[in-house]
Amino acid sequence: MEYQLHVIGVMIFVVAAFVGHHVIHGVPPLLHTPLMSATNAISAISLVAAIVIAGGETNAVRTTLGVIAVAAATCNVVGGFLITDRMLKMFKGGKAKKAGKAKGAA
Amino acid sequence: MSPVAEHLSRNTLLMELAYVATAFLFILGLKMLSSPATARKGIRLAELGMLTAVVGTLLHEHVVTYEWIILGLLIGGIAGGIIAIWTPMTAMPQRTALSHAFGAIAVSLVGIAEFYSHQGHLDVAKMTAIGFEVMLGGLTFTGSMMAFAKLQGTLPGRPITYPGQNAANISILVGIIVSVGYLIVVPTAPTWLFYAMVAMSFIFGILLVLPIGAADMPVVIALLNSYAGLAGSATGFALDNKILIVAGALDGASGLILSILMCKAMNRSITNVIFGGFGKAPVVSADAQKVAGSIRSLSSDEAATLITSAMRVVVVPGYGMAVSQAQMVVKELADLLGERDIDVQFAIHPVAGRMPGHMNVLLAEAGVPYDLLKEMDAINPEFKFVDVAIVVGANDVVNPAAKNDKSSPIYGMPVLDVESARTVLVLKRSMAPGFAGIENELFYKPNCMMVFGDARKTLQEFVNAAKASAKAA
Repeated sequence: MEYQLHVIGVMIFVVAAFVGHHVIHGVPPLLHTPLMSATNAISAISLVAAIVIAGGETNAVRTTLGVIAVAAATCNVVGGFLITDRMLKMFKGGKAKKAGKAKGAA
Repeated sequence: MSPVAEHLSRNTLLMELAYVATAFLFILGLKMLSSPATARKGIRLAELGMLTAVVGTLLHEHVVTYEWIILGLLIGGIAGGIIAIWTPMTAMPQRTALSHAFGAIAVSLVGIAEFYSHQGHLDVAKMTAIGFEVMLGGLTFTGSMMAFAKLQGTLPGRPITYPGQNAANISILVGIIVSVGYLIVVPTAPTWLFYAMVAMSFIFGILLVLPIGAADMPVVIALLNSYAGLAGSATGFALDNKILIVAGALDGASGLILSILMCKAMNRSITNVIFGGFGKAPVVSADAQKVAGSIRSLSSDEAATLITSAMRVVVVPGYGMAVSQAQMVVKELADLLGERDIDVQFAIHPVAGRMPGHMNVLLAEAGVPYDLLKEMDAINPEFKFVDVAIVVGANDVVNPAAKNDKSSPIYGMPVLDVESARTVLVLKRSMAPGFAGIENELFYKPNCMMVFGDARKTLQEFVNAAKASAKAA
């Protein structure tokens, strides 16, 4: 039974890695910096593991490690998503601007 | 089933369902990063996914108190917010390295806490997962801190090497692997062995990045990104948490793809980057390698006349543009030229800068529309139709030696064919070689002119000259 569980885990990992490979190949080099900060924010999902440790049974060592882990992961969640959005906001297409310039010239 | 047990299992089911939704939102969000038009929406979806997972986890049967969780959330949230708001775009490589370190330390601490609570009662599968989690997390933490220090300038950016370095690194790695193996196979192994393994992983991370120069950071950052992801997946196995497995695999795949792309763009293998100590060679090449021809330089006024009388201009930015904070002036110059109906584009080499996509972010921040930013393969065939190529703080990525000098350390690396342009203007502080420490043949070509000085100042002089001549006309 235990082993079945682990096999399911491995299967999920393999499928997710393939999906990830496929999806990430579609991201243009233009957006590679935002991509990296986005995947970084996503991998800060380890926050959920840290939450279980920090909020679990009372044990000073475990709780301390858990709180530090929650803080570090939250820092990445908040910082990662905010900064990704800050970057993406700056990427603007040139079409609208060119049309405006053409009008100005005419 | 007692009412309490029933309640618990219902909560577990809800949590698992929340994780399914999260996985879906993460993948969809990343998918939408394939275009700048949909990317921001994609990030919203990923944020929603994260929120769903966190709320779902609060239903976890082992979560009994909330005050410690809230404390951690507050500290991390405030720190993350401050970093996100105050980090300038030029510091993005350091920020990324630091966030890999934070992610990795979170994962390591979770692994250590799990071992601490269950030591002696861990089955083979759990111990394997925790072993990988702490090993990868530990080396990623210190490795990323080293990368951060090198990028920030706290440590010198050049490779730090000493005799027997590779042997030392490999023996520590073997030590880690043997310890993990022993801990897995022998459940009664002493607990100090686990903590010794943690310490060795921390040391290994430092030693791993020590010999890697700042110019190789794009590969290292991508590689550490991948390790951080894999460590997250290992945590998922250790805690039997599916969403961690999925998110870790996505992050791992992304980091791996980026590091392979960066390696291709430098024509080097990952092994070579890690064990090669690139940049040790300059002593040989700078002196031994005499390049035929002479250097010509122009004053900024002469250069400005050349630029304003061109039909088509391509700007080639490099790390030097980030160093002298020249991206805003570059944009101003591009606008002025655009007003005169001069066609301006930007040629972006995949490893220009200190992390993948670094130049694109800086130019986007300055307000350059992204359709003017051209990838290497798209712009290279176009250089022969270009009147003036302006190289701003780039060096190795425009060195023709990569194409025709087999003895060059960068031979085989794909480069931008700027020398095909009618005239090449190189904005450079002095004749010092680039980060790879290699003499650049380009500077000796008959159609290449140097404009010495700080790139931002020089560009500002171009802008002033262009404005003055526009007034005169």
